[in-house]
Amino acid sequence: MSKWQPNIITFLCNWCTYGAADMAGVSRLEYPPYIRIIRVPCSGRISPKFILAAFREGADGVWISGCHPGDCHYIEGNYYGRRKFALMKSLLEHTGIEPGRLHFSWISSAEATKFADVAWDVCKSVEALGPSTKMVRQRAAQISQNLIS
Amino acid sequence: MKNSKKIGAVMVVGGGIAGIQASLDLAEQGYLVYLIEYSPSIGGTMGQLEKTFPTLDCSMCILSPKLVEAERHSSIKIIANASIESVNGTAGNFKVNILKRPRYVDEELCNACGNCVDYCPVNISDTFNEGLAQVKCLHIPFPQAVPSSYLIDPLHCLYILKNECRQCEQACKLKAINLNQKEERIELEVGAVILTPGLDEFNAGRKTEYGYGEYANVITSIEFERIQNASGPFQGHIVRMSDGKHPKKLAFIQCVGSRDLSSNSYCSSVCCTYAIKESIIAKEHDPELDITIFFMDIRTQGKGFESFFERGKKEFGIHFVRSRISSVCQDPQTKDLILNYAAEDGSHHSDRFDLVVLSVGLEPTKTAQELAQAASIKLNQFGFCKTHEFMPTQTSRDGIFVAGAFQSPKDIPESVMQASGSAALASGVLSDVRGTLVEEKEHVPERDVTGEDPRIGVFVCHCGVNIAGVADVSQIREYAAGLDNVVFAQQSMYACSRDSQEKIIEIIKEHSLNRVVVAACTPRTHEPLFQETIREAGLNRCLYEMANIRDYCTWVHAKAPEAATEKSKDLVRMAVAKARLLTPLKEEIIPVERRGLVIGGGLSGMTAALALANQGFECVLLEKEKELGGNLKHLFFTLNKNNPQNLLAEIKDKVLNHSLITVCADAKVKQVKGYVGNFDTIIVSEQKTSQISHGVIIIATGAMELQPDEYLYGKHEKVFTQQKLGEAIATGSLHQSDFKNVLMIQCVGSRTPERPYCSKICCGAAIKNALKIKQLNPLANIYIFYKDIRTYGFNEDFYREARNAGVVFIRYDDMHKPLITEESGELQAVVFDPVIGENILIRPSLLALSAAVVPGENETISQLLKVPLNAEGFFLEAHAKLRPVDFATDGIFVCGLAHSPKTIDESISQALSAAARAAIPLAKGVVMAEPIVSCVDKEKCFGCGICEYLCPYGSIKVEEETGTDLKAHTITASCKGCGVCAARCPRMAITMGRFTREQINAQIDAYAANW
Repeated sequence: MSKWQPNIITFLCNWCTYGAADMAGVSRLEYPPYIRIIRVPCSGRISPKFILAAFREGADGVWISGCHPGDCHYIEGNYYGRRKFALMKSLLEHTGIEPGRLHFSWISSAEATKFADVAWDVCKSVEALGPSTKMVRQRAAQISQNLIS
Repeated sequence: MKNSKKIGAVMVVGGGIAGIQASLDLAEQGYLVYLIEYSPSIGGTMGQLEKTFPTLDCSMCILSPKLVEAERHSSIKIIANASIESVNGTAGNFKVNILKRPRYVDEELCNACGNCVDYCPVNISDTFNEGLAQVKCLHIPFPQAVPSSYLIDPLHCLYILKNECRQCEQACKLKAINLNQKEERIELEVGAVILTPGLDEFNAGRKTEYGYGEYANVITSIEFERIQNASGPFQGHIVRMSDGKHPKKLAFIQCVGSRDLSSNSYCSSVCCTYAIKESIIAKEHDPELDITIFFMDIRTQGKGFESFFERGKKEFGIHFVRSRISSVCQDPQTKDLILNYAAEDGSHHSDRFDLVVLSVGLEPTKTAQELAQAASIKLNQFGFCKTHEFMPTQTSRDGIFVAGAFQSPKDIPESVMQASGSAALASGVLSDVRGTLVEEKEHVPERDVTGEDPRIGVFVCHCGVNIAGVADVSQIREYAAGLDNVVFAQQSMYACSRDSQEKIIEIIKEHSLNRVVVAACTPRTHEPLFQETIREAGLNRCLYEMANIRDYCTWVHAKAPEAATEKSKDLVRMAVAKARLLTPLKEEIIPVERRGLVIGGGLSGMTAALALANQGFECVLLEKEKELGGNLKHLFFTLNKNNPQNLLAEIKDKVLNHSLITVCADAKVKQVKGYVGNFDTIIVSEQKTSQISHGVIIIATGAMELQPDEYLYGKHEKVFTQQKLGEAIATGSLHQSDFKNVLMIQCVGSRTPERPYCSKICCGAAIKNALKIKQLNPLANIYIFYKDIRTYGFNEDFYREARNAGVVFIRYDDMHKPLITEESGELQAVVFDPVIGENILIRPSLLALSAAVVPGENETISQLLKVPLNAEGFFLEAHAKLRPVDFATDGIFVCGLAHSPKTIDESISQALSAAARAAIPLAKGVVMAEPIVSCVDKEKCFGCGICEYLCPYGSIKVEEETGTDLKAHTITASCKGCGVCAARCPRMAITMGRFTREQINAQIDAYAANW
């Protein structure tokens, strides 16, 4: 049996970090193969509900990345994204989800190396925490099953 | 010339950023554009740059979308590897002869897969990387090149030289290689020509004293750009050429090939800022790096450049030494370089550096002479295109315009502005034949897919070996075929090739597909292509989704092929899950009120209004004062010895007599409502209120000269500002005795903590007045106290002229500001002379202050139009480099001093530029709203207004609807689709086209399905 690998959902804004990930490809910069990227127009598009949904479905980690402050294609969407993220992070912590499962970064479309570096960091941090157990739907079902029986 | 003979096409010669911008502006306006490029790819110098100042944007990242846009535009025909041989005819109707050199690869067939390269046995020097690397003789100039086609260098090809090899022909599966291609001559008919051939760097080898070419560790600034570039020859690692070691101590020598009578007397305008930029980037990589810039004057005169310079000094600790380096010596053992120099205080130094970067100046392109001959236009004494100060984009021949570094050395935004400006003039010549040569593409009717179950087709691309060499494409295809709703799955060698596209269309029809997923590369480059394809098959563009299994998978997991295959399957599953929920979205077409409003009747406003009117559009020109003219009314002569009053009289006359221009004097804006294409503005003119409807707005509210509160200004009658001094000289209100001892102080109110920017025009203004005084009284003693003299471009010659005429220039800094007092009615100045290191006493008969340019009433306009200002109170454009006259809000433009301090010619260029940009929606007559916009569910919305508050574009309004409560609604025309509203709506009443909550959740669920 091979080593446990985490499942990490990544939301990237189309204009900056998605471009950086493309560049990382062009530059053949390796990073762990277990992150899956969902493209969104702007980090401001990320509703906390998406983060919750990801954890509920069993994601071991969530990573959101957008444009640098001042660089947002939509003027200020990344600030909204950042603000929601900060709130979200402390809320999740409150519910028992380790802070190391949720990551946020600013990566411009030119920063391929940074993209790969952060990808490694995110993966390592999530890997260190092991499989997610809080909030996961299947587990919740199991727990309630146990309670009933 | 009869109008019927006019030709609605324009030729742009030179495909750098200026040429691309001019082409795009004209094509968007409805002209057919031929973009002729000398080299094999468009992109020019900007493509080689690592980053751009002062925002440090990645140069290629912001340029490449423009390259793609130009390549894709149906009205732009790019002819690369070509030059013009002759231009016959007159404005409106030219015949241009083009010579297209062979590239030995068929541009139409080549899809840039690169499989052929491995077969080419010949290595040659890589010119894109300034010869610091090697490429194959069969190569693509750079990965983002347009046309995206390889080429063969005939000077090195074994077949062409010796009739050997021909390996590449075998390797190319598409049969794109044609080693027997011949040069072609093409004759094209156009109505106007724009010359944008750009620049060449000064050949540093000509200044033998710096040892370039002889000492390995002396390099040029453009080489340094490539070295710093992550995709450059050393992957972005700064190394010494002699030993490959990372340097610890680095020197920049400024003005190599500029401000130098033995090479070029003019100032190249950009080198100070690019040296600071390159230094900052180097320091970002390695904060320990010790960098010294040796300079004569730091010329950071552009918008935002001065604070960039300050950052370089304070934040990054770059050393600046004011010294002209006379020579570079090399230590033969270590290959270190030794600079001997005298500092400003006279002390002598000998310093050792690991690497020396020569900040080479800009010269006209090597083909300038040839081009000038072919186009029959005149060059100036420096070999740049000859233009008049008041007509900066007009060449000596009617109907032929110029833009960019061919006109004078300049940076990217100035080039972009001139490019759009020349487009406005070309359009002015041809407005009555606009749209005659471009065909609106007829779309097949869209098939209505409502009510149909999803029938998804999945196309998996091999991308040559790029994907198939790592992942198991057949496995991915089989997997895709087994997914719910997937009725068809296919793999192809190149999904993007022309024949594949045609096949996709057939398959969509044959299998009645109503959703398409392509698993290939990145949607950032290829989505528009596939969307166009499915549109041709009758599907709405939004029924498309892409799985990026190359850039995100096989390229980065080449060492883990199984994981790459598994990941590809996940990505396909996620894309299919989203595709199931895709819905057709309507591209809304909103009609445009074909009228412009120009706010501000100074030189810029009048120029913009006139250019709009000359392009055939009605225009309302608003001026707050009773008379048109603005600052121009107070200018009587220029440094170039032209008379602004003649310009004013001429342009005023044209504006007042133009049938399409309505001038509202003594007017101001009271309220602005609406969005691009449909503004409604209430104005008050001569106390009468009226409303006008218009499609675009140009802000040209100008700026003014600061009224200083220091140096006895306003307290002593002999203390003037430069503008007032110019006026007093011109009106003859000064006496010869006033000119006896003239003292001028630069940077009064500029480059101070309170106003950190450079006012750009004051150095020129001081020298202009000094030369005029010298002309009136050759015995006048003139002292100019300055921080840096910034006579950039060709104005450097006037600085030299002033010094030769005996004007004394003395440096001061903030620690040693001149002390001006009054003693029994006479002015007295105590000033520190850094050369002798002592205070000196001057009794000026006249004191002139080079007062800052300060913004006018920008704040009011900014609030009315909801467009931003920068910290200094000037309007903040959408992008400092590539959108210098646009705002993030569509339909609003800015020009002239309202944008930043600038000279007359720069104001004219920028005003023309704003007029060209503003003319695009007016010429189109409609605004197409991207379908990716927000949409409010009125049932769910309870009118809380958070969306209106958050929307960065003011595109959601909460208003009372008849008989109901407050409801939000999206203004589709100005919505950009960021989704901030959708993410925040507490009722989840807002959806985002193509990025709906359901679609994103489906992607998450689809990923989770395999855990």
